[in-house]
Amino acid sequence: MLSDKNRIFTNLYGQDDWRLEGALARGVWDATKGMIALGRDEIIQRIKDSELRGRGGAGFPAGLKWSFMPKQNTGRPHYLVVNADESEPGTCKDREIMRNDPQRLLEGCLVAGFAMGATACYIYIRGEFYHEAVRLQAAIDEAYAAGLIGKNACKSGFDYDIYLHRGAGAYICGEETALLESLEGKKGQPRLKPPFPAAAGLYGCPTTVNNVETIAVTPEILRRGVAWWTGLGRPKNTGTKIFSISGHVNQPCNVEEEMGLPLKELIETHAGGVRGGWDNLLAVIPGGSSVPLIPKSICDTVLMDFDSLRDVKSGLGTAAVIVMDKSTDVVEAIANLAHFYMHESCGQCTPCREGTGWMWRVLTRMVRGHASVEEIDTLLDVTYQVEGHTICALGDAAAWPIQGLIRHFRPELERRILEYRKHAPAAAE
Amino acid sequence: MKVTSYRKGDAGDFAFTAENEAVARAVVARYPEGRQASAVLPLLDLAQRQNGGSLSREALNYVANYLEMAPIRVYEVASFYSMLHLRPVGTHLVQICRTTPCWLRGAAALTDACKAKLGIGLGETTPDGKFSLVEVECLGACANAPMVQVNDHYYEDLTPERLGDILDDLAAGKEVAPGPQTGRLTSAPAEGATTLKKLPEKKPADPTGALTSAAGEGA
Repeated sequence: MLSDKNRIFTNLYGQDDWRLEGALARGVWDATKGMIALGRDEIIQRIKDSELRGRGGAGFPAGLKWSFMPKQNTGRPHYLVVNADESEPGTCKDREIMRNDPQRLLEGCLVAGFAMGATACYIYIRGEFYHEAVRLQAAIDEAYAAGLIGKNACKSGFDYDIYLHRGAGAYICGEETALLESLEGKKGQPRLKPPFPAAAGLYGCPTTVNNVETIAVTPEILRRGVAWWTGLGRPKNTGTKIFSISGHVNQPCNVEEEMGLPLKELIETHAGGVRGGWDNLLAVIPGGSSVPLIPKSICDTVLMDFDSLRDVKSGLGTAAVIVMDKSTDVVEAIANLAHFYMHESCGQCTPCREGTGWMWRVLTRMVRGHASVEEIDTLLDVTYQVEGHTICALGDAAAWPIQGLIRHFRPELERRILEYRKHAPAAAE
Repeated sequence: MKVTSYRKGDAGDFAFTAENEAVARAVVARYPEGRQASAVLPLLDLAQRQNGGSLSREALNYVANYLEMAPIRVYEVASFYSMLHLRPVGTHLVQICRTTPCWLRGAAALTDACKAKLGIGLGETTPDGKFSLVEVECLGACANAPMVQVNDHYYEDLTPERLGDILDDLAAGKEVAPGPQTGRLTSAPAEGATTLKKLPEKKPADPTGALTSAAGEGA
């Protein structure tokens, strides 16, 4: 278990003061000027050395992403945009950072923004997080008043503004280019890439979009040193991570843990174990709704990091662990997610707009078994027709949970179909 | 230069109150000059609050005129985002999270309880205009499932009984404190945190200080 002294989010649950005074006492904003004094290249090099991977789902190396920003000032503004549109089912970690440790995020915005040559930062927070937005705005106001951001931030000679922008309810705005569209005042429909945001992002200017947690951990890596961070976790999967554990556990919670911790240990140590005991476990969705589920046999031994979960054909995603015990109707659980993707598809690409609804309708029939066995393969085929054939990854995200279901629970799907036929032979065809 | 011509929308007698006008001006100032369209979501939210929870055609046109946008650009935004309502909603908009993490912990029972209590179906408003009931997708409070959002407030760790009591209180015009309804601290484990049991040692920060030597090691 990660020891308390290695934790970054020391006010994860809001047991301490969230205001600037409390944050300063916890060591946030310590030596920030010293970090800026390192210079752009050195900060990016250290973040590259730390092997920090993005915490928003894709796990892309953060330092590398920052290095894509133009080295020279292009004469246009450069932007850091923080993705606080936390909407991936199962994920509720950024909310805790924003309401309980907002200064940590703001410090990260300054340091990361400086490293990538940004001149201003927009934090795009999902609209439903009303109270979190109120608190984050209060934190921004406090930071301005204390001279930590704004003109000559932390007396470093660097001018930097941070603005908060509230969304209005659209999962797709968590996709980086849809987020930029939304921030420009349009419907949140993803853009074709290239050009990538680092070349043409917000208002056509160089932009980097990062998740809240990625940005919030950056100052602590620089403060405590790369060696400290890489000493936690496993190679290429370094550091700590906030895990959100929901579903059929005795005590659902958020907890910061070391990367690469066994899933079983995570659930048993922090979430009070699976309801009814470990043997009552059916399956786990280990990284937010977009990653394929894994059955108990894999859960027994799998480690919670990007590469370990990729090896079992799933993913760490946002590290949102959704636990399902044996009482779960697993087909309905995935059909429920299919409904989510149908609702949240922005409608821009035909395979996703039509496919998500089609997949939901077929899965809904399969919950009752009202289908033919051949349709399982048809459904699987359609998921492959959607995956990779859309502008953004929502199509992939809609396909993967269904692929996971068929991969691990095909006998259950077949059983339901045969059972349904037995009782209603005429209706089955 | 591309010139798009459009007719200004008729805003009727909708206009921001003096107070909201000041808020709107501050919001627009967050964005670079000429990029005022960025303020469309915050201003639609503001207009919706002023207009009793939904957006009339006049309110949409007013925001379009305010931001010098073609009305159609505002209409398409207003119909895209789930928090913007184009039809009137009740005083209390009850939004039940239906997505898998809440569903696993009994969201369907919450929906049933609300339907029974309020005597309306999903997408409907009570005859007295007090409550509207809808199901929404993941609200991002999954470790506190099942949960419901009523207007700006999240009510977490609910049972059908507790939700029924909340609706009674709201109907009676009482305030109900948002957050976990079980006395639990945010998203810590219900029986107490397994980590951070003690508050960490205080080490006052010096924002203008230098990095310690430890920070340079391993780079």
